[in-house]
Amino acid sequence: MGWFTKTTEPREQAALPDLWHVCPACQAHVFKDEWEAALKVCPKCGHHDRLSARERIGLLVDPGSFREFGTEILPSDPLAFSDAKGPYAAKAAAAVKKLGTSESVVVGSGNVEGVRIVLAVMDFRFLGGSLSTGCGEKIALAIQHAIDFNRAFVMVSASGGARMHEGILSLMQMAKTCAALQRLEKAGLPYISILTDPTTGGVSASYALLGDVNLAEPGTLIGFAGRRVIETTIKQKLPDDFQTAEYQLEHGFVDAIVPRKELKARLAQLLAFRMK
Amino acid sequence: MDFDFEKPLQPLRDKIDALVAKSRRGDPTAEAALAGLRKQLAKESASLYARLTPWETVQVARHPGRPTARQYAEKMCDEFVELHGDRVCADDPAILGGLARIGKTRFLLLGHQKGTTTEERIACRFGMANPDGYRKADRLMKLAEKWGLPVVTLVDTAGAYPGLEAEARGQGEAIGRSLLVMAGLKTPILSIVTGEGGSGGALGIALGDRVLMLQFAVYSVISPEGCASILWRDGAKAPEAAAALRITAKDLLRLGVVDGIVPEPEGAAHANPDRAIALVRKAILDNLADMMANAPVGDRLVEERFRKFSAMGKFDPKKAVKA
Ligand SMILES: [Zn+2]
Repeated sequence: MGWFTKTTEPREQAALPDLWHVCPACQAHVFKDEWEAALKVCPKCGHHDRLSARERIGLLVDPGSFREFGTEILPSDPLAFSDAKGPYAAKAAAAVKKLGTSESVVVGSGNVEGVRIVLAVMDFRFLGGSLSTGCGEKIALAIQHAIDFNRAFVMVSASGGARMHEGILSLMQMAKTCAALQRLEKAGLPYISILTDPTTGGVSASYALLGDVNLAEPGTLIGFAGRRVIETTIKQKLPDDFQTAEYQLEHGFVDAIVPRKELKARLAQLLAFRMK
Repeated sequence: MDFDFEKPLQPLRDKIDALVAKSRRGDPTAEAALAGLRKQLAKESASLYARLTPWETVQVARHPGRPTARQYAEKMCDEFVELHGDRVCADDPAILGGLARIGKTRFLLLGHQKGTTTEERIACRFGMANPDGYRKADRLMKLAEKWGLPVVTLVDTAGAYPGLEAEARGQGEAIGRSLLVMAGLKTPILSIVTGEGGSGGALGIALGDRVLMLQFAVYSVISPEGCASILWRDGAKAPEAAAALRITAKDLLRLGVVDGIVPEPEGAAHANPDRAIALVRKAILDNLADMMANAPVGDRLVEERFRKFSAMGKFDPKKAVKA
């Protein structure tokens, strides 16, 4: 828990014109327009690049239907935490400013092919999509909103785990979100969990894998412990496909792997079974 | 000597050892001097343990001489009927479970089992549970609910086991499911962090209506070593990380994450395991009696548990970072 997955940075390329995007997985050069049109999925190798929360929301809900709430919930610094790189409060404030989201998750309601849902979407760029008190609060708020308005809850996870800068209170957000999900369950409302790259640590060990239906994008890293930690513990190399969405499908932990361009349609299809 | 920080006590301990030897040889003056020195040692040890740094507390919390879940089950309870297996594929020895009785109080006992002998420690992966352990815990908690028994969990783990099979069998899902089960359980849950409360692996059996911590236990989102290697890029900065993470019983009480502190004997639990067990026994009896008499039942109990965890890290605009 609390470990952060290293982002696969595109390798330095010598003075490429701005027209090109280099696929971080296969290094293919793709026209930027083509890359965006393909929803940041590599046309050469199928790699699904990470999306911001806002890009993801644009992809999933009907245009103009999204109403965000919970933006008053900002990061807090309950421990007055400081590490080698300085105070956490400054780091968190900078993330808010840079990314234009109040926390590592964006929550709101929106329509999916006309069906109103409550949606919570994590943003990996916000301190590794880490689960903090603010993030936990926003997710719990979204779940309560779904209960209050009798709507399905859709969670899109993208996280390296709990935010260690908020210590034990971050860990307790796993309990808080699961206790909220328990109420959603009691209300008989659908919970669809969409796992995107990466979904690991404390997020994998709380709400992410508890969906009535768990969907994952191809190639998504899904797991509890980090690969390196496991390799050091068991002193053996892990298979290449270890902790991928495909591995989790094979082991019974996700219902389906859905390519990005089909995700909204699949979501609508599922919702129709319960919310129409 | 168990710890470096106990070095200041060594001269006094050496003196006592010398006097004990003298006394054994039949020196009648030794006995009188011993009583005074022992008192002095107790006093100095108490004052030393009252001033432990967070990192020193981590060392104490991890001491192999602290009572294990099995020792609590066997020495603390008047009856313990161990129950095995997750009914799916395995019985994880890293989580001990069974029906327990102290006096007239009957309950379901669950606890991370670290083991006492080398063999046992390896068999139960030093208390680091597999998904099977959390699924066994779920199964037994549901049994407790059905039979109308309260649940007591003893938390003592470095974390959930980071292994190939653990991942293949869904470590994340198992812990998450366990949290969901505990959140909805219609019987009181008392959780006591007896040693190491290591992240999700600890929380997986610690979503209690009441959560207590032993005086020198720690409870953290990540190990100080892990935190140091990520945020300081140097595992040797673990003492700094331990302080920054606020992981001691006093810190957690202040943060509202635990409801009470169970005192440990002089020189901590490893110095006098029997006394430590007796103190935990008392804490269980006192708290269960109060919970069984005063806690709401059924849906209201679940609602109150929800409120308890909802209140942790509640957003306060006055405490938000300035963007
Ligand atoms: Zn590619």
